[in-house]
Amino acid sequence: MSATTKSSEATAQLQQEAHWRYVLRLADTSLVLGQRLAEWIGHAPALEEELALANISLDLIGQARLLLTYAGELEGRGHDEDALAFLRDAPEFCNLALAEQPNGDFAHTLVRQWLIDAWQLEMYAALEHSSDTRLAAIAAKALRETRYHYRFSRGWLIRLGDGTAESHERMQRALDALWRFTAELITPDQIDEHMSERGIAPSLPELAPRWSARVEEDVRMASLARPAAQPYPWHGKRGVHTEHLGHLLGEMQHLQRTYPGARW
Amino acid sequence: MSATASDPQGGSRVTAEATAAEAEVWALLAEVPDPEIPVLSIIDLGIVREVRVGADGRLRVAITPTYSGCPATAVIRTMVRSALDAGGFPHAILEEVLSPPWSSDWLTAAGRDKLRAFGIAPPEETVTSPRQLLGSPGVSCPRCASRDTSCVSEFGSTPCKAHYCCRTCGEPFDYFKCL
Repeated sequence: MSATTKSSEATAQLQQEAHWRYVLRLADTSLVLGQRLAEWIGHAPALEEELALANISLDLIGQARLLLTYAGELEGRGHDEDALAFLRDAPEFCNLALAEQPNGDFAHTLVRQWLIDAWQLEMYAALEHSSDTRLAAIAAKALRETRYHYRFSRGWLIRLGDGTAESHERMQRALDALWRFTAELITPDQIDEHMSERGIAPSLPELAPRWSARVEEDVRMASLARPAAQPYPWHGKRGVHTEHLGHLLGEMQHLQRTYPGARW
Repeated sequence: MSATASDPQGGSRVTAEATAAEAEVWALLAEVPDPEIPVLSIIDLGIVREVRVGADGRLRVAITPTYSGCPATAVIRTMVRSALDAGGFPHAILEEVLSPPWSSDWLTAAGRDKLRAFGIAPPEETVTSPRQLLGSPGVSCPRCASRDTSCVSEFGSTPCKAHYCCRTCGEPFDYFKCL
């Protein structure tokens, strides 16, 4: 944190940039997670689950489009949703590092989904009351869809966590592997704090216990063990990503990078 | 989109004309089908939020998407535009609104009947119902009306549908998600 939180001149710049960056973070998390889920198409363990993952992906990409369009308008440099999605490099993306983690097995995909669903549920429920009416409208829309996603991912978490010895072990392994990325969900940085002070975004320290309690309860229902807190070196929100994001973007952006401006 | 407002005229006459125009547009839009479930009109679906002649004399039509990522949204926009053009309202302003968010509660009663007749079970619960949190336990089969049905997948062939199966008559069917 120390390198980026030093001066008051940065605060003035934050006033201008914090808003669009904040919206861009929400957009990127939805976009990257939506792209990850779309990678399951043709590979899911059962047709029904493939339909589910594809549908959740579609909702997330739809939410990302609304948010990206708005972020582009706030930025004011003429970037539309396509420019923001397809023409930025990995360090310019500010999604949560958790969202970009590879699909792994079905357990990894579900645990990642459930952790983010639970987080988006709290975020959108709070953002629905944002002083930014446009963001509030997008959040209210996304909240309904997120509730449905959460019901799905929580249902599987419990079924598999409390299922066979093998499914339990895989779910626990996925939870252990992904837990280190969760601190970022509830740890505020300067932009989060600034947005919270302006009534645009919820206070993450206030939201954290709600998210934590929900996760705790679900983990208990699933007969899983909540891992211990771990330090995290990734700050996806600030563009510091794991190596996985670059590979994801390579596939997602390939067409527009190879044939700039290509249209249907 | 460079229409000029019609000349302002005497108050009550303008109001009467405006009301007639609005009614005409509602009737036009009742003929626009949902591209994915063509048995429903966009009015049945509850996505036409407003038809209004403003103080400037211009007609505004506001529609809202069902799901954020619904691919039919762009198609619907084009179809509404064409219907307005063909119906004599080429200068109408077509707006997309997000708030309040669409809900399956907005399906009209006629829409629910059409869905059932088409073989799709309409939503059983209202979004605000506490039972909704547990899923939809008692979905009735659109074919034989049995309530002995099971959820195969909470998702289906379009964003607005889940996949069910009837244990009585054995038929699989779509259920319009309660959201």
